[in-house]
Amino acid sequence: MVSDEADRPAGTRTRVSAFLFRHPRLRLGGLLGAPGLWFLVVYLGALVVMYATAFWHLDAFTGLVVKQFSLANFKSIVDVPVYRTVILRTAGIAAAVALTDIVLGFPVAYYAARLAPARRRTAVLIAIVLPLWANYLVRIFAWKLILSPGGLLEWLFAKAGMHVTIGSSLVAVWIVFCYLWLPYVILPIYAALERVPGSLLEASSDLGARGWRTFRKVVFPLIVPGIVAGSIFAFSLTLGDYIVVQLVGKSAFIGNVIYDSVGIANDIPFAAAFALVPLAIMSIYLFVAWRLGAFEAL
Amino acid sequence: MESRTVSLAIRVGTGLVLAFLYIPLLIVVIYSFNNSVSQTWPITSFTTRYYSFAWHDPDVRTALATSLTVALFATLLAFFLGSLAAFAVHRFQFFGRNTVSFVLVLPIALPGILTGIALNTTFNNSVRPIPFGVLTIILGHTTFCIVVVYNNVLARLRRTGSSQVEASMDLGADGWQTFRYITWPAIRTAVIAGMLLAFALSFDEIVVTNFTSGTELTIPKFIYNNLRQPRNRPVVNVVAVVVLLVMTIPVYIAQRLAGAEAGTAAGRRATLRGDTEPGL
Amino acid sequence: MRRLTTACAVMGALAFVAAACGSSNTPSGGGAAAPKVYNSIGQGEGALKLIAWNGYTEDGSNDPNYDWVHPFENQTGCKVSVKYADTSDEMVTLMRQGGGSVYDGVSASGNATNKLIAGGNVAAIDPALFPEFTNVISPLQPATGTNNSHYVVNGYVYGVPYMYGPNFLMYNTNLVKPAPKSWDITFEPTLNGKANPYAGKLTAYNDPIFIADAAVYLKTHNPSLGITNPYELTSDQLDAAVSLLQAQKPLLAKYWALYTDEIDGFNNKSIVAGTAWPINLTYTKDSAPAAAVIPSEGVTGWADTWMISANAPHPNCMLEWMKYTMEPKVQAEVGVWYGAAGSNTKSCDLIAKSLGKGGAQLVNSVEYSFCGNVDFLNSLYLWRTPQAACGDDRGNTCMDYSVWSQKWTEITGA
Repeated sequence: MVSDEADRPAGTRTRVSAFLFRHPRLRLGGLLGAPGLWFLVVYLGALVVMYATAFWHLDAFTGLVVKQFSLANFKSIVDVPVYRTVILRTAGIAAAVALTDIVLGFPVAYYAARLAPARRRTAVLIAIVLPLWANYLVRIFAWKLILSPGGLLEWLFAKAGMHVTIGSSLVAVWIVFCYLWLPYVILPIYAALERVPGSLLEASSDLGARGWRTFRKVVFPLIVPGIVAGSIFAFSLTLGDYIVVQLVGKSAFIGNVIYDSVGIANDIPFAAAFALVPLAIMSIYLFVAWRLGAFEAL
Repeated sequence: MESRTVSLAIRVGTGLVLAFLYIPLLIVVIYSFNNSVSQTWPITSFTTRYYSFAWHDPDVRTALATSLTVALFATLLAFFLGSLAAFAVHRFQFFGRNTVSFVLVLPIALPGILTGIALNTTFNNSVRPIPFGVLTIILGHTTFCIVVVYNNVLARLRRTGSSQVEASMDLGADGWQTFRYITWPAIRTAVIAGMLLAFALSFDEIVVTNFTSGTELTIPKFIYNNLRQPRNRPVVNVVAVVVLLVMTIPVYIAQRLAGAEAGTAAGRRATLRGDTEPGL
Repeated sequence: MRRLTTACAVMGALAFVAAACGSSNTPSGGGAAAPKVYNSIGQGEGALKLIAWNGYTEDGSNDPNYDWVHPFENQTGCKVSVKYADTSDEMVTLMRQGGGSVYDGVSASGNATNKLIAGGNVAAIDPALFPEFTNVISPLQPATGTNNSHYVVNGYVYGVPYMYGPNFLMYNTNLVKPAPKSWDITFEPTLNGKANPYAGKLTAYNDPIFIADAAVYLKTHNPSLGITNPYELTSDQLDAAVSLLQAQKPLLAKYWALYTDEIDGFNNKSIVAGTAWPINLTYTKDSAPAAAVIPSEGVTGWADTWMISANAPHPNCMLEWMKYTMEPKVQAEVGVWYGAAGSNTKSCDLIAKSLGKGGAQLVNSVEYSFCGNVDFLNSLYLWRTPQAACGDDRGNTCMDYSVWSQKWTEITGA
């Protein structure tokens, strides 16, 4: 394209620009150098340092790290039954949250994608996203106000003549997680629904399929990837959280085991080892999703 | 395809879910006027005095200053690094290109606690321990803010295509002129939207902050700490409401900027925090 | 898929890194080397960063009548900032942040102090710098005390004693009748042949050290176990305490680590009885009818010490703070606010006077942790870190803290 820059009275800027143009590697290096270095040093380096400590252990009395290779941490994750309970509990609630959010999110996504007029669609989308930015702690705290004994929910039930207290429990944790991650689930479903071509629906209708059948045979297969994507968010975010359980829960989740190991017992080696658990679960989850072909349409 | 009943059911469902999203926030607003320290319902008497408490609380002011400083610097750094990475990935084919998106998205895709612990361990164990403070918070926040700018800019670059850039070069413009007159106007709104979201993300962050801040107080840390002080909870409610109002402004603007021309779903989703598909 | 392979490769590489890094270093162990000793107080640095228990550093923000931080700031020019911790382990972790250079000092209990001393995280001080040492209650005296091993090690004095107190039984006076005399209402599924009426409305402290509270209960109620000291438990004794706690768990509304969880529970009546710190009582009485009792089995407790970091960024301000917090006036204020007893016995006289009791009359009430009462202090099973060495003829057969932690995780996580 540009081959005549040498003929022109070249300013420094032009020369630099031309030089860079002829040396794409250099340009690439210039562009990627700073962010690449940042990530290597600040982030990836830190991750490697952390995971390397998984093979160390703590001195029982001083609580200081003993820098000797050992598999003790991994052994206790496997051997101590309570960790299995915690992992199963977390994965169970994470799955329940993902499912609930899909059920809750579907009507909103459907409304925004197919029923709402253009202007209202933007309004609904903004309405879905905005709560994400209300401070995360505040949103948990709001539920603490509602769910705790003497709170709004108990009062409402009392008005209806029932005595129900949720307080600090798995149910409370489930509700709060559903609330926190709902927008993350709605958006991919919305995106998938929006991409379903209207012509397919017409064709289905022309061929005599009624609403439900069209949905089941045409729409649903097309939005599965969106649903899976949404469930990935809900699932992985639940796996890593510890604050929700601290504030409204009763029994430890994976995140709490990790947090307590670090923030309280200062057992970074064990925390690092345990932190492989959510990583492994997510890898399996993503692998299964991939085998199901859920990524292809994304 | 929808029958009238189905359509009605979906509308009602949408209304209920939106109510589910907003009622808790409304509750916090109501509680910020609660006169009593006890947090039971119904509220018996109302007051605005905690707003003046919060306004005069030196901790709130320090926390606000720190939060703003951190968010500002993290956003600027993220702008710089995220845009560079986006250009690199858009313009070049190179070995490991797909890995870049994946790595950039990791700090958000992995649980924040991992990022927090990793940074904490490193700062503690580096050859000369790095003192925890504003600097370390900025380092942590930048790491997960980069991806927001990156996603926004990359999505826009992909949409604008390269024909205009080529035309500009053909007409004799140098690299800078092309950037100044062609590329920048095309990506400007995406960059601003990305920065606003990065700012909001940093302002809201608690997990990584907890592990990288030492004694430094940010607004989320103030909230987290004071939830533990039985008599300070009314002030927390007030700060929560103010944060709520302050946060919605940048997010709203960002949504409008990104949404105005972002006709496609991909563009809109890319502006979202949590849009963490690692270039799948 | 390629990503998974990459991840596996990375993990493999990490194993090598760890193996390579980890060949030589062993822990420095019990701090055998001579520690750093502060023996003079210089010009203040203008700032002070503390780790403290809630209620130990009031600056008037919770109650304008209780403020001993601002007078200190005005007096010394050291601006105080505080990080509150919920457990002793958390304090140790915080003190080790940034190589120990983030915080100047900590109000450490006995189950943190010896870890910090052994880890070389805190420095010793010269007691001569602190004239108020003469008024410290006798068991805690650095040279002659009988109950000072939590802060005096190998003759070195690590810090200054602050408050001590019990983990007593707090209960709702309207809903728990008759007033309890034993911990049994918090541990037993059945009382007097009937189901425990408070089941589902109890609480316990969420920390491995709470196992000691169960051991104290078993010491009286199951003498065949032969428990002599709740922190020196053999495998069988520990297992008995653990099964008691496992049986207790269904009776609990929830554990508290955040002290507000217990206070909130009392306020909204979802909790009516459980172990508590004196400060929890102070707050709970704001809006619920509550009282505390020392049950017949005895109680665990703590004697807290202000300790200075070996790498304190503001050592002179910290030393000034240690000096200041020994003053009777300050400890009296803390005592009234927190409900703990000041180690400076003169603070007890001040409290007695303010209550109109006059003279040297002791403050003989659980509300002030029996301030100045030596027998009460000696009756407390003060928090300390369990070690393999039992400290008696059983040798190294006791369960160390790592076992306690793991058991605690098994109890609470299940």
